[in-house]
Amino acid sequence: CARAPMYDFQEELVIRPLHSGDIYASFQFRTVWDADFMGDQKVSHYRLFPKSLGQVITKFSVRELHISFTQGYWRTMQWGQPYLPSPPGAELWVWFQDTVTDVDGTWKELTNVLSGIFCASLNFIDSTNTVQPSASFKPLGIGNVTDHSFLRYATLPREIVCTENLTPWKKLLPCGSKAGLSVLLKSEKLFHSTFHSQAVHVRPVCQDPQCRTTSMELRQTLNVVFDLHTSGQGKREWSLFKMFSRTLTEACPLASSSKVYVDVTDNPQVRPFELSPATPLLTQAVVLGDRRTYSVYDLTQQASFGSSRSLNMLLRWKAADGEMLRPLLHSERYVAGYGLQAGEIHTLIYNHHPYRAFPVLLLSAVPWYLRLYIHTLTVSSKGKDNRPSYIHYQPSKDRERPHLLEMLLQLPPNSVTEVTVEFERALLKWTEYTPDPNHGFYVGSSVISALVPSVVAMDTNSTLDRPLFSSFFPCKEEASYFMRVYTEPLLVNLPTPDFSMPYNVICLTCTVVAVGYGSLYNLLTRTFQVDEPSPGLAKRIANVIRRFRGVPLL
Amino acid sequence: MGLLSDPNRRRALIGMLTRMPVDWLVRTMQARGLEVYTQRFSRKLPFPDEDKERYMVKGTNVYGILRAPRAPRTEALVLSAPCSPGNENNQAVGILLGLAQYFRSQIYWAKDIIFLVNEHDLIGMQAWLEGYHHTNTTGMDWSPLQGRGGSIQAALSLELSSDVVTSLDLVLEGLNGQLPNLDLANLFYAFCQKIGVLCTTQGKLPRNDWDTTSGYSHAVQTMMLMVLKQASSRPWGDHGLFLRYHIEAASIKGVNSFRPYKTDATTVGRLLEGMYRKLNNLLERLHQSYFFYLMPSLTRFVSIGYYMPAFGLLALILLLRALDLWVQLSSPPTRTTEDGVEVVPASPGVLSILTPLVISHLTGVALYTLPVLSQELAVEHFPVSETEAVVLTAIAIYTAGLALPHNTHRLLAGEGTEQGWKVLKLVAVLYLAVLLGCTALINFSLGFILALTLVPLAAFITPHVPKTLSAVVMVILSPGLTLLFAVFFFQELQETPVTLQEGWMLYLSVISQGILDHALYGSLLYPLAALLVYPCWLLFWNILFWK
Repeated sequence: CARAPMYDFQEELVIRPLHSGDIYASFQFRTVWDADFMGDQKVSHYRLFPKSLGQVITKFSVRELHISFTQGYWRTMQWGQPYLPSPPGAELWVWFQDTVTDVDGTWKELTNVLSGIFCASLNFIDSTNTVQPSASFKPLGIGNVTDHSFLRYATLPREIVCTENLTPWKKLLPCGSKAGLSVLLKSEKLFHSTFHSQAVHVRPVCQDPQCRTTSMELRQTLNVVFDLHTSGQGKREWSLFKMFSRTLTEACPLASSSKVYVDVTDNPQVRPFELSPATPLLTQAVVLGDRRTYSVYDLTQQASFGSSRSLNMLLRWKAADGEMLRPLLHSERYVAGYGLQAGEIHTLIYNHHPYRAFPVLLLSAVPWYLRLYIHTLTVSSKGKDNRPSYIHYQPSKDRERPHLLEMLLQLPPNSVTEVTVEFERALLKWTEYTPDPNHGFYVGSSVISALVPSVVAMDTNSTLDRPLFSSFFPCKEEASYFMRVYTEPLLVNLPTPDFSMPYNVICLTCTVVAVGYGSLYNLLTRTFQVDEPSPGLAKRIANVIRRFRGVPLL
Repeated sequence: MGLLSDPNRRRALIGMLTRMPVDWLVRTMQARGLEVYTQRFSRKLPFPDEDKERYMVKGTNVYGILRAPRAPRTEALVLSAPCSPGNENNQAVGILLGLAQYFRSQIYWAKDIIFLVNEHDLIGMQAWLEGYHHTNTTGMDWSPLQGRGGSIQAALSLELSSDVVTSLDLVLEGLNGQLPNLDLANLFYAFCQKIGVLCTTQGKLPRNDWDTTSGYSHAVQTMMLMVLKQASSRPWGDHGLFLRYHIEAASIKGVNSFRPYKTDATTVGRLLEGMYRKLNNLLERLHQSYFFYLMPSLTRFVSIGYYMPAFGLLALILLLRALDLWVQLSSPPTRTTEDGVEVVPASPGVLSILTPLVISHLTGVALYTLPVLSQELAVEHFPVSETEAVVLTAIAIYTAGLALPHNTHRLLAGEGTEQGWKVLKLVAVLYLAVLLGCTALINFSLGFILALTLVPLAAFITPHVPKTLSAVVMVILSPGLTLLFAVFFFQELQETPVTLQEGWMLYLSVISQGILDHALYGSLLYPLAALLVYPCWLLFWNILFWK
């Protein structure tokens, strides 16, 4: 008899005033369920864990599932790094358990089921846009799986994210949108933003420090960036109410922890904004290699709500718009050249670290209708050839699978690394064009996975406000941190026939053939004979009857 | 000409005149909430451009990108305004900045909008476009762009010289006679009608009296202007260079004449806002309408189906003539000698056909390469500026080419035979037919003008027509003089007639501009004329003087 499964639910909202004056809100809802999906024991009682998702995970033997829907592109140059990066459109990557025999079949079924759950066109994921990355996507949960034949990765850069995707996402939450932080998730405000991204991550995690048993973790995240210019109407202040048209009145009763963090790192020195109500609770955390300070509002404490019984943080900006940032790692991708025959994909990867080189893994999956000339692949940094230490290339097959190119590159300090590859645009069969062929065809974002040297470690002027005993060796905290950067998707025009002209021509020729030639041919080939009219069936029967009756025949 | 022949003086003067307030533009655009980037470029012209007074061009383009909310940076629209010194275009940048500020506070954008202020008009635009698409077709130096907005769907270029305008003129003719999709013109017209702004094309107001003679001739004049502009193969506005990259683009020029009703900048801004919102809503590139058209007015167009037959009939003459020659050659008239033996005249050697072909093409190559190469030499030995040297060398080589028949005659192995000129003419006629056919497909106007002048000549020239008269007619119909007449005709149509002297100066500057357009932007008129059309004409000249 198994012991009763344990549940835990936490919710969290991080608000970060961005360098550009915009505001970034990141929700995370974490449900942990101490149940073993991997074993053969049948799970049938779901409490906080969404049943629809749990059943899917059991049925398809999913070890890890990561799905994100994003509308917009994260502007690294103005906003810095996001907590959870995601590419524009939909992204899905799944690690299956090693008991799965037909991975491709399971993947196909899984995408169709998820498509129904999230009201998205994930059913458009097929073999032509699915790849098996060899190095870029490692499992994020426990278990060291190395056989990447159980991994599938696909993106749909064209997917448009809107309310119909948000509603099923909210339904997965234990409190729905009734209580807790999720009351803030009103679609009319969330989609009135410059960036919107929602994701679901399912992975196995350790239940206890010894990691004897595993539990399933479901993380639902939602990131949104609000624009100061368009919705602020000139006023440079923000409040929860202004952002979400709601205030917080209570925590989700099912949550063991419910907190709101506001990033106030820059405040002690620069004071770009003013926060009210102020909270004495401060916490520090190293996020993305940077030590940040946060004001914490604990929603499980009644004191957080004050006398008005509702929490409505107010941020009043003082500083002007900042200039553009120089993030340590960012990238840019574009199509070069002109004409509809050939082209060149340029990927620029910037390393702005002043003195440290670091390796990155570049993954690009290019649809088959852009025929990559892999012999033209060049990688150069600072004008010199930069030889990748690892290349995994899988050529495409027409109408079957895309190109997959994975490379391990070393980025020299303070440099731009340029990866270029030429391609030829294929002429599609006429039924293969989308209904709007002149819009162009999308190429999904490239993924850059990197271990970036930590900013904290980079700080050599470290005697500032830290105890002396902690500041002798330059690397005290994690020396580097993992980061993923997605490039822009590309929109490529393929040679497109004029679909209106063939239509006209077909109509016209058919008419001419049918009316003119057809009738003439008919007249010419028909032989005319004088034919004795033979009575019809009804008449014959009538005559038989008449003969019986002795009446004159007809 | 010769105004700025001293390079040092010229450079100093240019440096003084053409400073764009780059820092100010960057700050202003940043303050309006755009992502601002700059691009530096430099270009040394093959020879000084005396019309625009430039030789060593150095400049900076400033552009700001308005990022559309929740858009993945895949599509962009461009609004550009050239920033040139003087009062020629001082209002466009202002409107551009105003629109940037207004657009920034709107939420409906689905495509990124790039606000580009380009220095040194077309050269800056060329640098920016080459940088954006990372190509280098003309050997210009530019610094790579830092920010992009995906594939550009449409672009408008704005030129305004005063804060109030009476009408807006739409310029469509781009590089090598390329035209944007007709829907762009329709869009402009529709919005002008909606807002109530007078709009023109070729600077001519549309008229409603189509059935009257004056209305008809007005429309014909407008269309002839378009034909001449298209035939010139040069970009007639900053938009002209976008077309190479399959970006629908047009220039909008503000015209301030003495009409009583003026339109202020706000109205122009509203017009542009409307057009950009329409373009922003496009799901696909403009593709549904015509790319090949001629416009007798903004409201009407002549489609390719109507004008191509005219050219086809002209080309048919050449084919029939070629067929005639072919039949004549395949059944040669036999001659009976005194002995009563029929002698078939010997077919002409390959050499007698090849020699004129090679020589005329070598003359063409000389015409194409020598003017720019020999400018140093010419400046040393003659009291002329570099520009004059180039143009005059070109004219000299062109004229020297007329001496060809005598040279060919000496080089030929034997006497020219009756068969000989027929074969040569057959080759020349087919050559011309293919040449004109290809030209007309790429640039109809150019092909048509060339066909009008060259086809009659090709049809009637034989060694047996009166030499002097025919020679005069041939020279008059030669490509060089056609250009001269076109210059006068163009001025006449624009209602700015010029005297002979002015016309000649204009002609010289047109030649230099043509050579520069080829070197700077890749216009194909000069190489086409020098390497193909002129040698072809020389072949007919050769037939006339066949001995």
